Amino acid sequence: MSVTAAPSWSHTRPQPGWLARLFDWKPFLIVVCLLPAVGLLTVFLTYPLGLGVWLAFTDTKIGRSGRWVGLENFAYLMEDPTFWSAVFYSVFYTAVATVGKFALGLWLALLLNNHLPFKSLIRAIILMPWIVPTVLSAIAFWWIYDPQFSIISYVFVDVLGLRERYFDFLGSTWPARFSLIAANIWRGIPFVAICLLAGLQTISPSLYEAALLDGATPWQRFTRITVPLLMPILAIVMTFSIIFTFTDFQLVYAITRGGPVNSTHLMATLAFQRGIAGQELAEGAAIAVSMIPFLVFATLFSYFALARRKWQQGESND
Amino acid sequence: MASVSIRNVRKSFGSTEVLHGVSVEIADGEFVVLVGPSGCGKSTLLRMIAGLENITSGEIAIGGRVVNNVPPKDRDIAMVFQNYALYPHMTVRDNMAFSLSLAKAPKQVIEAEVGRAARILGLEGLLHRYPRQLSGGQRQRVAMGRAIVRNPQVFLFDEPLSNLDAKLRVQMRAEIRELQMRLNTTTVYVTHDQIEAMTMADKIVVMNSGHVEQIGPPLELYDRPANLFVAGFIGSPAMNMIEGRVEDGAFRSADGTAWPLPPANGQGGAAPAGPIIYGVRPEHVRLAPGEGIPATVQVVEPTGSETQVLLRVGGASLVGAFRERIAARPGEVLPVLPDPALVHLFDRETGRRL
Repeated sequence: MSVTAAPSWSHTRPQPGWLARLFDWKPFLIVVCLLPAVGLLTVFLTYPLGLGVWLAFTDTKIGRSGRWVGLENFAYLMEDPTFWSAVFYSVFYTAVATVGKFALGLWLALLLNNHLPFKSLIRAIILMPWIVPTVLSAIAFWWIYDPQFSIISYVFVDVLGLRERYFDFLGSTWPARFSLIAANIWRGIPFVAICLLAGLQTISPSLYEAALLDGATPWQRFTRITVPLLMPILAIVMTFSIIFTFTDFQLVYAITRGGPVNSTHLMATLAFQRGIAGQELAEGAAIAVSMIPFLVFATLFSYFALARRKWQQGESND
Repeated sequence: MASVSIRNVRKSFGSTEVLHGVSVEIADGEFVVLVGPSGCGKSTLLRMIAGLENITSGEIAIGGRVVNNVPPKDRDIAMVFQNYALYPHMTVRDNMAFSLSLAKAPKQVIEAEVGRAARILGLEGLLHRYPRQLSGGQRQRVAMGRAIVRNPQVFLFDEPLSNLDAKLRVQMRAEIRELQMRLNTTTVYVTHDQIEAMTMADKIVVMNSGHVEQIGPPLELYDRPANLFVAGFIGSPAMNMIEGRVEDGAFRSADGTAWPLPPANGQGGAAPAGPIIYGVRPEHVRLAPGEGIPATVQVVEPTGSETQVLLRVGGASLVGAFRERIAARPGEVLPVLPDPALVHLFDRETGRRL
């Protein structure tokens, strides 16, 4: 009997190919993974923003490339009463509309948080103003505010007989301003109401029961349980709402185009008016750039003043 | 402090009746535990005492005053919720002071009352913390502190220990009991855990699907369960129930094995001939070499302090809990005998104790 030696075999790990090694190399991986996101951000966010800021410091017009003029555009705007009127109206529009949206939105959310018949149907109906395209609802409001065909005027004058003359919604400064704010509030309520409703539903019912046993009246339960517990989501929703309202364009441009006599121009509509319609691209850019500090301020304010609460922060034991 | 009377109380949600006429008398300073499986209506009853659910029919009186239409805050009760329901945005101090500050009590009074409750519960060092920064046991204590501050006539507890781990639960059980004895406040405590009920209560109310099955002190429920439900619910491991009939002065299970009857009934006196259910607690089964019933070992579960053995006698299975350590293997045959004095007999039709 012969003993045959087993063929000698040593286990060799297969060497990974150059491609596998490349994909194991961390710096390469980082670049590959980040590239799509960074690319998209650069092309669609950074470049337009950068271009806008750059244009603000030049004297570009449509069809004529500009040169660097420093702060000249801003210096001109400082002297421009129309610009200041737009700044004022932007702030006023945002402030009044936000207060209106939150007062009515919170009220609606509180109503919907109760057990109502046809709850989901009502919720769906409430979302309607938000899902209708803005321009469409702007046209609807344009008709509602029309000097001759306004349904509101018709109801007050022809049906109820409470007034002699038709309302002049858009013909003079302040009525026009408030009419636009009303349209904006109408459009903004659903977003606020649905977000706050989501916030309300995170509050445990047993907290209200505990408060009830502790002797809290409905108003006290609202001010001492609901409001503080809703504050974090309120802050976020308010930040978004302020940004959307401050940068609003469609409603105003579709209903009044900034008129009468430029009194309802927001900064966004004025920027478009001057930059595109008026061909002063650089000046429009300068107006748009002037919006940035307001937005940064609004964001920081709600972030620091409203959103951060000690009781929300982690489990830290001091 | 006050007594609580629950008289023929019913509760319906829509067309479903969940409490079918419950009556319980709770004496001043008594610790009463409502116990039963989930869905038996015990929490609903507690919430009706608190005023969080309205009473469909019947009457609830606290301290002699019918409270059916009294709002919760005027019932002079305090409740500890299962999830504690601490206000997350308030410190421990503010949580405990909330009811007093709503009542516009003077600052010194609030300070004094919160201080007193904090001392009782050992919460002095935690007053400035938020609920998030507390452990489960600490939150539990704050919830009790909030109840104590109100100095109520009745404490209501809704499964307060079910969110705690096993060890802490045992500790808090003793703490709540000790606290109740010190404050001597009438207490209604809801739990699904019969051990909690047995260890804490002066009086246990066993509930099952909207009915009261039995009311009594813990040991009475253990020694003389009124029916099969109570017999099976109280005690762990659960009582063995063997079906069979009484024939010729002995109980015979389905396979013909003869089991000893209690002495009074041994002569065929009280135990009527016919089908009955024979109940014996695992701890009342003993080893009886020579005279015992041969039982086949299926599973042996040593717990250290005792050994639980799952046995098979004919077609019936029997659990025995023995103080001695038994090194039996599955398949072995052990001679076992129930203690005849501690055997319970139940009517098979009605489930009532015979």
